[in-house]
Amino acid sequence: MTAPRTLYDKIWDDHVVHQAEDGTCLLYIDRHLVHEVTSPQAFEGLRMTGRKVRAPEKTIAVPDHNVPTTQGRENPEQMPEESRIQVAALDKNARDFGINYYPVTDIRQGIVHIVGPEQGWTLPGMTVVCGDSHTATHGAFGALAHGIGTSEVEHVLATQTLIQKKSKNMKVEITGSLRPGVTAKDITLSVIGATGTAGGTGYVIEYCGQAIRELSMEGRMTVCNMAIEGGARAGLIAPDEKTFAYVMGRPHAPKGAKWEAALAYWKTLYTDEGAHFDKVVTIKGEDIAPVVTWGTSPEDVLPITGAVPSPESFTGGKVDAARRSIDYMGLTAGQKLTDIKIDTVFIGSCTNGRIEDLRAAAAILKGKKIKDGMRAMVVPGSGLVRAQAEEEGLAQIFIDAGFEWRLAGCSMCLAMNPDQLSPGERCAATSNRNFEGRQGRGGRTHLMSPAMAAAAAITGHLTDVRELMGVEA
Amino acid sequence: MDKFTTLTGIAAPMPLVNIDTDMIIPKQFLKTIQRSGLGKNLFDEMRYTQDGKEIPDFVLNQPAYRQSQIIVAGDNFGCGSSREHAPWALLDFGIRCVISTSFADIFYNNCFKNGILPVVLPPEAVAHLMDDARKGANARITVDLEAQTVTASDGKVFAFEVDAFKKHCLLNGLDDIGLTLEKAAAIDAFEAKNASLHPWA
Repeated sequence: MTAPRTLYDKIWDDHVVHQAEDGTCLLYIDRHLVHEVTSPQAFEGLRMTGRKVRAPEKTIAVPDHNVPTTQGRENPEQMPEESRIQVAALDKNARDFGINYYPVTDIRQGIVHIVGPEQGWTLPGMTVVCGDSHTATHGAFGALAHGIGTSEVEHVLATQTLIQKKSKNMKVEITGSLRPGVTAKDITLSVIGATGTAGGTGYVIEYCGQAIRELSMEGRMTVCNMAIEGGARAGLIAPDEKTFAYVMGRPHAPKGAKWEAALAYWKTLYTDEGAHFDKVVTIKGEDIAPVVTWGTSPEDVLPITGAVPSPESFTGGKVDAARRSIDYMGLTAGQKLTDIKIDTVFIGSCTNGRIEDLRAAAAILKGKKIKDGMRAMVVPGSGLVRAQAEEEGLAQIFIDAGFEWRLAGCSMCLAMNPDQLSPGERCAATSNRNFEGRQGRGGRTHLMSPAMAAAAAITGHLTDVRELMGVEA
Repeated sequence: MDKFTTLTGIAAPMPLVNIDTDMIIPKQFLKTIQRSGLGKNLFDEMRYTQDGKEIPDFVLNQPAYRQSQIIVAGDNFGCGSSREHAPWALLDFGIRCVISTSFADIFYNNCFKNGILPVVLPPEAVAHLMDDARKGANARITVDLEAQTVTASDGKVFAFEVDAFKKHCLLNGLDDIGLTLEKAAAIDAFEAKNASLHPWA
C-alpha cells in the first residue's frame, strides 16, 4: 500500500520523466504558455543552437504585457518602437516554430493566464509553466503551475521538461464562510498578510477548506494567482464539480470518450486522508475583512477599518522597510486607511480581470459617478471577457460612471505599456503588486478587490465597500 | 555560461529586506530582446534621479562600491516577478554572487542559469558579512563554491549549502539543455506512456 499523498505529490509523481540519485527530477510539462517579454531570448537561443520546439501543439503564445489597450492598436505604429519589436518578434517566433498563437487582432487575445483557462488549455492534473510568476493562477484547476525564467523557457521549448527538485507541502485552510462584502482577493491578501512574502518560499501551497470550496472557479484563480506573492511558486486547489463544469465544452478541453477518461482521472486528484504537510496555516473565513495594502510589499495588508502602522511596531529588517514604505507611500503612522485619498483606479489584471470581477465592480458603480477629477480605467482580461461584459451591459455601467473602457492586456498592472502612474499619483488597484515603481516611477499602489476599487472610485478615498453595500462590518 | 569557481571581490551592503525584481530592473528595461546591456539600469530607480543623474547615497554609486562583485542583501532577495532580466542586469554590472538569509525561488533558480551564485547563510553570518561589506573597498570577501565557504575579510569562514547538481553545473559552466537532451529516450518513453494513460493531455 502506498503512503497517503498530497495533491501536489500526486501530480508530481505523474510527471517524473527521470529521477537522479540526489533527487533532482526531470519533470514533464503539459502546457507551456508564452508571452512577448520573457521569450525572445529563449527563441533566439533555439536558433543559435539549431534546436526546435519539441511540442509546438502544447505551446501557446499571446502578446499581453506590452500591448496598448487603446483602440486602433492593430496598427503597430501605435506602439513605441521597442514594444513593437518585441511583439513582432513573438509574431515571427510563433509562425517560425509553429506554436498556437492569439495575436492582438484575435478576439481571444488577452492576459496569458486568463486565455489559458478560457480556451481550455489549462486542465486538472497538468503541469503548466510560463515565463511569468503569476502562472500560479492555473493552480485553481488542480494543475501544478508556476513561473519560470527565460533560460527555463528555452529549456521547456527544447525539451518539454524542466529540471526540478520537489518543493515542500504547505496547507492553507480557510474554514467556514466569508462574510458579505469579502472576496477571494481578501482571502489571498489576508493569507499573505499572515504568512509574509517569504512565508511560502520552498513550498507548494494547497488551499482548502469550506470558504475555498464555496468560491467560484474565477475566485479560486484569484486566490492561486497571488500564491507567488506569498513566496510559493505554486498554489493548488483540488478539482471538484465546479472545476469540471467550468472546463467542459471549452475549445481545447477533451470531448467524448477522452472527456470520460479525463474525468475519471481528475476525480483521483485530491489529498489523501493522513497525507503529510510540512506547514499548515488555518484562517477562519468569518475573520477575514475587506482588506487593502498600505505599503510597498503585498504583505503590508490591513483590514480597511485599520490605520497605517508605526514602523516601530515591526521587528528586525522590517522596521526600516516599513519606514521606507510609509515614506514612499506619502502616509503617516496612525492615519486611518479610509482617510487616504485616491487619484486613480485600475480594475483589471490576471488577478482580477475576469467577468465576475467586472460584475462585482459594476454592481457597486451602477447608477453612480466616479469622484470629480478621478482617473479610472477598466482593462478586461481578454477580448472574450470584454465582449461578454458589453453583452451584459457592464461596459455601459463603467462608461456611464466615468471609467475608460479598454481593450485586453496587462496594462497598468506592470505599466509596460503607456498606462502608467506619475510620481506621487495614488492608485486603488485590483492587481497583485504594490512594489515601489511597479505602476510607474514614484507611483503609489494600494491593492484591493474589484468591489473595493469601485467604492474608492466613487468616494475618492479608500472606502469600506460594505458601507456602500449596506451590510454590516 | 561562465563557470563559477572562486571569487574574491568587493561586497556591497544592501540590508533592505524584500528587494524585489522590479527594484533590481524596472519594467521599462524589459523591452529588450537581448540578454546583455542591462547593467547600466541595474537598480535604476534607486540609483538615478528621474532625469538620469546618479543618486550619490546609493551604495553602487559610492566610489568604494562601483566595482562590487558581491551583494550582501536583506532577507527574501529577488521576490516578485520571474524576469530573468534581474540576474542578467546583475551579471552585466559585474555581480557574480549574492549573499542573503533567503531568496525567492524563481530568482534563486535564474541565478544558476547565468553563472551567478546565490548563497544562503544564517542571520548571524549575514550580519557579520554585512558589517564587513560596510567597511568599503578594503573589505574583500572570498567565495569558494567547490569548498562551499564564504570567508570574511577578518578570516572568519562560513560554510553554506548548495544543491549538488546546481553546483556541478555552475562549477563547470554547463548548458543544462544539452544535459537534458541526453535523456531524450526517457522523454520519448514518457510521452508514449502518457499518450495512452492521459490521451487528452
